[in-house]
Amino acid sequence: MAGQAVLTGTHFINGDEACAEGALAAGCRFFAGYPITPATEVAERMSQRLPGVGGVFIQMEDEIASMAAILGGSWGGVKSMTSTSGPGFSLMMENIGLGLCTETPCVICNVQRAGPSTGLPTLVGQGDMMQARWGSHGVYEIIAIAPSSPQEMFDFTIKAFNLSEQFRLPVLIMADEVVGHMNERVVIPEADQVQLVERSKPSEGPDTYLPFQPGPDGVAPMATSGEGYYMHITGLTHDEKGYPVMEVWAQEEMTQRLVDKIQGNLDQILDFEAIHLEDAEVAVMAYGISARSARGAVLALRQAGFKVGLLKLNVVWPFPEDYVRELSRRVKAIVVPEINLGQMVLEVERLAQGRCQVKLVPHPGGGIITPARIMEAVKASLEETS
Amino acid sequence: MSAQQATLPQAEHPQDALLRTERIPHIWCAGCGIGIAFGSLMSAITKSEIPRDDFAVVSGIGCTGRLAGYIHLDSFHTTHGRAIAFATGLKLARPQGKVIVASGDGDLLAIGGNHFIHAARRNMDMTVICVNNFNYGMTGGQLAPSTPYGAKTTTTPQGSPDEPFNFCSLAASCGATYVARWTALHIRRLTTAIAEALNKKGFSFVEVIAPCPTAFGRRNKIRRSLDLLKLYYDNSVVKNHIAPGEATIDFDNNLVVGKFVDVERPTFLDHYAAINRGEVEAWPATGVDASAAGKRKAG
Ligand SMILES: Cc1ncc(C[n+]2csc(CCOP(=O)(O)OP(=O)(O)O)c2C)c(N)n1
Ligand code: SF4
Ligand SMILES: [Mg+2]
Repeated sequence: MAGQAVLTGTHFINGDEACAEGALAAGCRFFAGYPITPATEVAERMSQRLPGVGGVFIQMEDEIASMAAILGGSWGGVKSMTSTSGPGFSLMMENIGLGLCTETPCVICNVQRAGPSTGLPTLVGQGDMMQARWGSHGVYEIIAIAPSSPQEMFDFTIKAFNLSEQFRLPVLIMADEVVGHMNERVVIPEADQVQLVERSKPSEGPDTYLPFQPGPDGVAPMATSGEGYYMHITGLTHDEKGYPVMEVWAQEEMTQRLVDKIQGNLDQILDFEAIHLEDAEVAVMAYGISARSARGAVLALRQAGFKVGLLKLNVVWPFPEDYVRELSRRVKAIVVPEINLGQMVLEVERLAQGRCQVKLVPHPGGGIITPARIMEAVKASLEETS
Repeated sequence: MSAQQATLPQAEHPQDALLRTERIPHIWCAGCGIGIAFGSLMSAITKSEIPRDDFAVVSGIGCTGRLAGYIHLDSFHTTHGRAIAFATGLKLARPQGKVIVASGDGDLLAIGGNHFIHAARRNMDMTVICVNNFNYGMTGGQLAPSTPYGAKTTTTPQGSPDEPFNFCSLAASCGATYVARWTALHIRRLTTAIAEALNKKGFSFVEVIAPCPTAFGRRNKIRRSLDLLKLYYDNSVVKNHIAPGEATIDFDNNLVVGKFVDVERPTFLDHYAAINRGEVEAWPATGVDASAAGKRKAG
């Protein structure tokens, strides 16, 4: 396999391996990680493949180091990535915040398992969704995407790199154990069919370049270490020069910038599929492996004549607020299956504001939510709201 | 305003090119030893033949960590303890770069201790400069892994019950290729050591014994920086190339300074390249007699 970054062809591989292939196809050439079930196969595949394409793999001493190292790798000008699961994701939080504050593109794949703590290491969970949004301290916006198949593990990893490069931030792939370990057909396109986005580079010289001065799209061009810009990068609150300023105005400006570059570009970031929602009385909203079950449930119910549709979130953060608000006006109920005791459902409740019923189909972790359970919930909602 | 003061802004400091002059005044206290270490670092960089653009300075959090904000090179002020891990990624992504990590004793060897020992073990190519002021200066003077036994800090008000690390011995035993320690009064030798470390391939480590009059000295009734400097300097003995384990920090005439290690060893990237070119014999080199191993198991 040595030498070929984009493994064009049809493969039968698991989601973790597809994630690694997506990273390589996206141009990732540095991976720092620490083994953890069920994400280890991402690291293993990268360790095998990176040397052959001129990249570097390193197994760090822990996930804190892994996360710090990929930030360093990114400032060294190389697309960088790590992968982990719950316990490691918790350890990465502080340096994800450093990446957000210093606007450092990189990708973190969290193959979720059931928690809290060591939980069920080999079994599925979706309990880190709010941690993805709020897990690092302070004020910020994040981008997180949720693949629901090995093919999407490949496609969405490329998407994650593109979003991270375009908007200069760590992007989270919120996968799960079933998607990570499931073997399925994955089609990898020709290299020239892979659409890549690269970080914009400064057009100015070192005398006038401001590392945190946003361009018209809200994102500042990014210099790389070694290019003579002598930039200063800090996790302290800083001005557009990158220099620390311990003042409220600077905090206000900086956090506003971090929020605006996401909220101001929602048209380019939000990604969801609306299936049979035009005339739906009940909508099911799902992401990751639960979207697979939901799709099965919705299609079966449609065949049986029920007016039900699916909102499948590809990008989970930022949340499609406008769409869900609008949806809540025209459906009787929104059913949310997720492998936790209620996380993304809180967003739906917040936006629906009582305009429709919001019904959680919970699972504590360790197994998937079956289509049958979702079908039951939809039928119950139809009855309760008729 | 005196005539002398009036001319100050015009006066050029020899190291102005390496300073973000617009960020001066700095945050450090009068009499702080960090400035001396910073000056030595800048002199060593100035003397070195390494192109300016290739340098990157990475620090963690602390008074020493603020150094990254004053040096006019690519500079990264990261999170508490993680400078070496960040620097590892920077180095691996851009191997031609010269990566310097400059940070405090707490940052590098308490919260960051794990990264320190593993980077030394891997012989990650970087120069690590530790300003050891025997406490956490930035947060007001708490116990550090370097605090002398019995010394008072805000979290050991009766005196420290902890035994400190010997950073040089630790670095050496983990595989550092260059290890030296000097006090802030050994300016010339400190500068030479940093210059040597910068030219060394692999994990090089320089410890600077430095006064923190504000947070550490004050609690131990040594309020003046000069008195601290003298305590360290006057009790120092130069011993080059001794076993690093014997490089004690004993304030009773045996604060050992000198160059303890200066060896050659392949770096992580040397090994990585060789392994991936297939040049390294599979482990174990001697092979295993499977039948003998089976017998032992049966017995
Ligand atoms: C994760 C985390 N824990 C604690 C702190 C608070 N903190 C900031 S600097 C510091 C200690 C710095 O001591 P040292 O590295 O010796 O640097 P010095 O100030 O003495 O130069 C601590 C504990 C922090 N910033 N981050
Ligand atoms: S508190 Fe100590 S280490 Fe920090 S600047 Fe003041 S003297 Fe230096
Ligand atoms: Mg200190």
